[in-house]
Amino acid sequence: MAERIEPAVLDVSKLPTVMFGTKSMTWCGIIGMMAIEGMVFVLAIASYFYLHSRSVEWPPHENPPALFWGTLNLAVFLLSIFPNEWYRRRARKGDKRAVQIGLVTLSLFGIANVIIRYFELRHLNCDWSLDAYGSAVWLLMGLHVTHLLTDLVDTIVLTVLFFTPLVEGKRYMDASENADYWYFVVLSWIPIYLVIYWAPRWLHA
Amino acid sequence: MSVTPSVPQAELTEAELKQAAQLEYIWQEPKGFIGWFKAVHHTTIGIRYVVTAFCFFLVAGLLAGAMRIQLAFPESHFLSADKYNQFFTMHGSTMMFLFAVPMMFEALSVYLVPLMVGTRNIAFPRLNAYSYYLYLFGGIMFYVAFLSNTGADNGWFSYVPLAGPDYAPGKRADFWAQLITFTEVSGLAVAVEILVTVFKLRAPGMSLNRIPLFVWGQTIVAFMVIFSLPAIMLSSTMLLLDRTGGTQFFNPAVGGDVLLYQHLFWWFGHPEVYLIFLPGTAVVSTIVTTFSRRHVFGYLVLVLSLVSTGFLAFGLWVHHMFATGIPQIAESYFTAASMMIAIPSGAQIFCWIATMATGKVVLKTPMWWVLGFFFVFIMGGMTGIFVASVPVDLQVHDTYFVVAHFHYVLIGGAVFPLFGALAYWFPKVTGRMLSEKLGQVSFWLFFVGFNVTFFPMHLVGIRGMPRRVYTYPANMGWTLLNQIESIGYIFIFLSVLIFMWNVFRSLRRGALAGPNPWMAGTLEWATTSPPPKYNFLHLPTVNGREALWDAAPNQPIVTGLDEDARSVLTTRTLDAEPEGKDEFPGPTIWPFLAAVATTAAFVASVFTPWGITLGAIPIAITMIGWFWPEKQPAARRREREIWPSE
Amino acid sequence: MSLLASVPGFSSNQTALNPAGPAAVHIEHTFALIFWVTASVYVLTVATLVYFVWRRRHTFDTIPEPAPTSTESDRFATRAVTIAMAVTVILLFIMLISSFITSHRLGKMNAEQALTINVYGHQWWWEVEYPNQAEPYRMVTTANEIHVPVGTAIRIHGTSRDVIHSFWAPNIQGKRDLLPGYTTDILMQVDKPGRWRGQCAEYCGLQHAHMSFFMIGESQKDFDNWMTAQAQSSAQPATPQTKHGQQVFLTHSCVLCHTIRGTSAGSRVGPDLTHLASRSTIAAGMLPNTVGNLGGWILNPQALKPGSRMPPNQISGQDLQDLLAYLETLR
Repeated sequence: MAERIEPAVLDVSKLPTVMFGTKSMTWCGIIGMMAIEGMVFVLAIASYFYLHSRSVEWPPHENPPALFWGTLNLAVFLLSIFPNEWYRRRARKGDKRAVQIGLVTLSLFGIANVIIRYFELRHLNCDWSLDAYGSAVWLLMGLHVTHLLTDLVDTIVLTVLFFTPLVEGKRYMDASENADYWYFVVLSWIPIYLVIYWAPRWLHA
Repeated sequence: MSVTPSVPQAELTEAELKQAAQLEYIWQEPKGFIGWFKAVHHTTIGIRYVVTAFCFFLVAGLLAGAMRIQLAFPESHFLSADKYNQFFTMHGSTMMFLFAVPMMFEALSVYLVPLMVGTRNIAFPRLNAYSYYLYLFGGIMFYVAFLSNTGADNGWFSYVPLAGPDYAPGKRADFWAQLITFTEVSGLAVAVEILVTVFKLRAPGMSLNRIPLFVWGQTIVAFMVIFSLPAIMLSSTMLLLDRTGGTQFFNPAVGGDVLLYQHLFWWFGHPEVYLIFLPGTAVVSTIVTTFSRRHVFGYLVLVLSLVSTGFLAFGLWVHHMFATGIPQIAESYFTAASMMIAIPSGAQIFCWIATMATGKVVLKTPMWWVLGFFFVFIMGGMTGIFVASVPVDLQVHDTYFVVAHFHYVLIGGAVFPLFGALAYWFPKVTGRMLSEKLGQVSFWLFFVGFNVTFFPMHLVGIRGMPRRVYTYPANMGWTLLNQIESIGYIFIFLSVLIFMWNVFRSLRRGALAGPNPWMAGTLEWATTSPPPKYNFLHLPTVNGREALWDAAPNQPIVTGLDEDARSVLTTRTLDAEPEGKDEFPGPTIWPFLAAVATTAAFVASVFTPWGITLGAIPIAITMIGWFWPEKQPAARRREREIWPSE
Repeated sequence: MSLLASVPGFSSNQTALNPAGPAAVHIEHTFALIFWVTASVYVLTVATLVYFVWRRRHTFDTIPEPAPTSTESDRFATRAVTIAMAVTVILLFIMLISSFITSHRLGKMNAEQALTINVYGHQWWWEVEYPNQAEPYRMVTTANEIHVPVGTAIRIHGTSRDVIHSFWAPNIQGKRDLLPGYTTDILMQVDKPGRWRGQCAEYCGLQHAHMSFFMIGESQKDFDNWMTAQAQSSAQPATPQTKHGQQVFLTHSCVLCHTIRGTSAGSRVGPDLTHLASRSTIAAGMLPNTVGNLGGWILNPQALKPGSRMPPNQISGQDLQDLLAYLETLR
């Protein structure tokens, strides 16, 4: 190496540090997590229908689950989309007040969903230990409850954070991504709701 | 075209030395005993993965040795039936879940991918540390159970109902099911880290068509992990629930189904094979390129082969279930699909041969292992045609022919490239060369020993010996072949001993390697050996597929990142144009604590379903501690933050 | 061509490459085709590899500069790789079609005329039944030995009584899993007389290694005689010793699991012993059926086949002698 060649320079000092959507590393990571969890949902639903294909009666010896609590939960989930979308957008503008209000609202929604879910489970038509149908239904419910609780805890922690002096750009990214994850919780409930509550009715007819 | 090694230390300017000192300070791993548990750099964690996975390889290899002693004589009493069944299950489960995937995917990619794409750490480094501890604790749990005579004994796929509540009393099958949970959570976490690292953290200029083939391979594997591992987590969770929670997924008496388990298992299990050998082919592409002294022939074909293998792998799961009696139309489809997977594999092999045929072949130890790979892996591919054909599979399925087949595929496709990779990257990781002589001795011992051990298994399988038998009658004509196999094991054993001696010796007395001893072209060779904890003094930019071979005389370097924080440059997924600046989190004890809490919950749930419900509380607490931001960095970031202009 | 239809060197009574029936013959043809094709491809590929590595090896102890790729050599490589790929695809199709044809042939065996035999997998033995629709009471039940007339199509109607087993007699037909909750039908035919050994091929627990059976191909006449004999009730004990032996059987735990037709023993947990002495092995093909082996087995099966479902028995020496004498009369 005879002489040192001064390399050219690519200056990146002016690039943004607060980024949303595909530009954010954590957002990409969360998409990965959703892909994994989505795959679990898909396989659990496939297992439900596989077990159905191996049964004569579905649900065996039971009536399809009563619609009321599940449908109520669906309605609450769908309603939550409005405040969710609103604070997601405000987070991208760095609007602290709006994010605080949004997070508090969504925490309350989450708590409501959990309470309704409790009644839903109480009124299910089956026991997981009696037959494979019951096991499959409870598996789907269990999976969704896990996601609901995880996101609720996440939302509450973030809500608390937004009332501390620790707020900075990254936390707005978190808020926006938390809203995205809530969409996943809501949207995954729709197919699971249809499978648990409506599939037995349609398959019966 | 000329080789541009990284700037040697001696030539650093004053400013650069200061910058290096600053980076060193910012990126240092914490010291001391407690500090060991706080480390988050991908090279630190990567080495731990390699060492841990290698230890499991040794243990599982010793179990195999005991099995070979048992099978060397008919109706032998060296191991009881109960012990033998635990041994082969532990051997298979360890090799698959604690060695092959963690080594080929997690260990290699965690260490190498961030270096190869030219960034300073892996995406989500704390998750990376967490996933390592989970993997480690899962393995420890599995072996503590084994040493307490609670070793899994239902085979590495633990079919129901044999592993179900009615036929597998005790806790053996439960520990197996939880091992799955541990290792799969860990694998899934690494998959997400690798994907985000590859898609967001590549050096400017490393557009999709310039990504090194090793990184492509691991990326495809990461995708496959995301879509396959959930299936086994689900099936092993169902198994655990059936066993401890009273569910009835697999109980035919009340609507459950034993084949549901097999479908879920093989939805994972077939891609699993590709998870193990695609990293191997990625290594082969790398070594063939470097030691043929030319750009790889057919880069696009090789990438497309990886991608199509990834897709096809999900269309093959039923070919492990031909003997269950499936409809003929499905049989035909799965036969065709299974044979078609030979096309991308064949394309890769032909491209590598073409690369060597048009280059200059340098025969160093890594290249010898790759040549061994060709001999062994192609044989495994050929016997793969037998098992893809339904009628022939019905004769060879679950016999020693299949045992021979998958050892040729997995040892050929993963272990040969792995030893090649260890020889190839050892100088990068340690700064010292391995002994060439010892390396070649261990290669030849392994190559000969491998074939002596596993080739006769084809024959004994065709002579009707089923797999997973702890013994056999003397008059079956299997004895001599089994004895030859057992002798082959001795060669493999010696080879691994010599390899370890070589490592041990070279760590102290090996020749100094310098940054790029093989004059290779990928970015990990652009920094010192071993790499500093900040990986690169100047973040590099890329001008071609082999970044160092193709670098322009004044190839730009990246400037403008904050040097008082663990700054990172993010780039666009497709063309790797700079997009933003982010910051890696620093060392912390929380991932370790979270892993401890998670372990407690998983182990408790072997005994009661409440384990996971109550255990979730400490997990949540440690996770909150993990993600809770620190005051000063938050204030610093707030001061300097730049919002996107819209 | 006929040379290519087989792979030489295999002659035992438990190998797919010494077929004793049409199903195994069809499979052997496909096996042989795949064998010769893949063996040739393997040799060719590896030879090419060795040739080029030898020719292009770099002999100095240095590492040369990376070479720019020449378009001409790459054009040659492109052509070679393309041709190799085309050959690969063609060969794959040939093997695929051969495989389809064999599958088709296996599915086309004479199902209507087939003799149905029920096989139930147990941990770790095989229960075998010859149902008799016309006279159900003449149904034959035995264990671990399947007598079949040569040249007649057989339907094995199988399932499992516990975990998954796999029914496999490689000289006759490929394997088929016996799954709890499912029944399955496998068509086959034995053309060559002889004792063809089979073995459970799906890992089924502790004694998976000792779960074999024999398919015994015999002439129609021999088979009919065998069936007639097996359909009889057990021989009545004639001597004081065998009479006492029967009492030993009926008053010990034997009776809890085993059937001897013509006595009060009627449990179906273990193998039917009505014609035990006519069978050539005990413990699922593990031991020759000799008085000594039988005695040892009755006293402590756990020593011979650890984990077996049969418990050890406390029987005094004289009782055991009489019991064995009685069992030996069960022809």
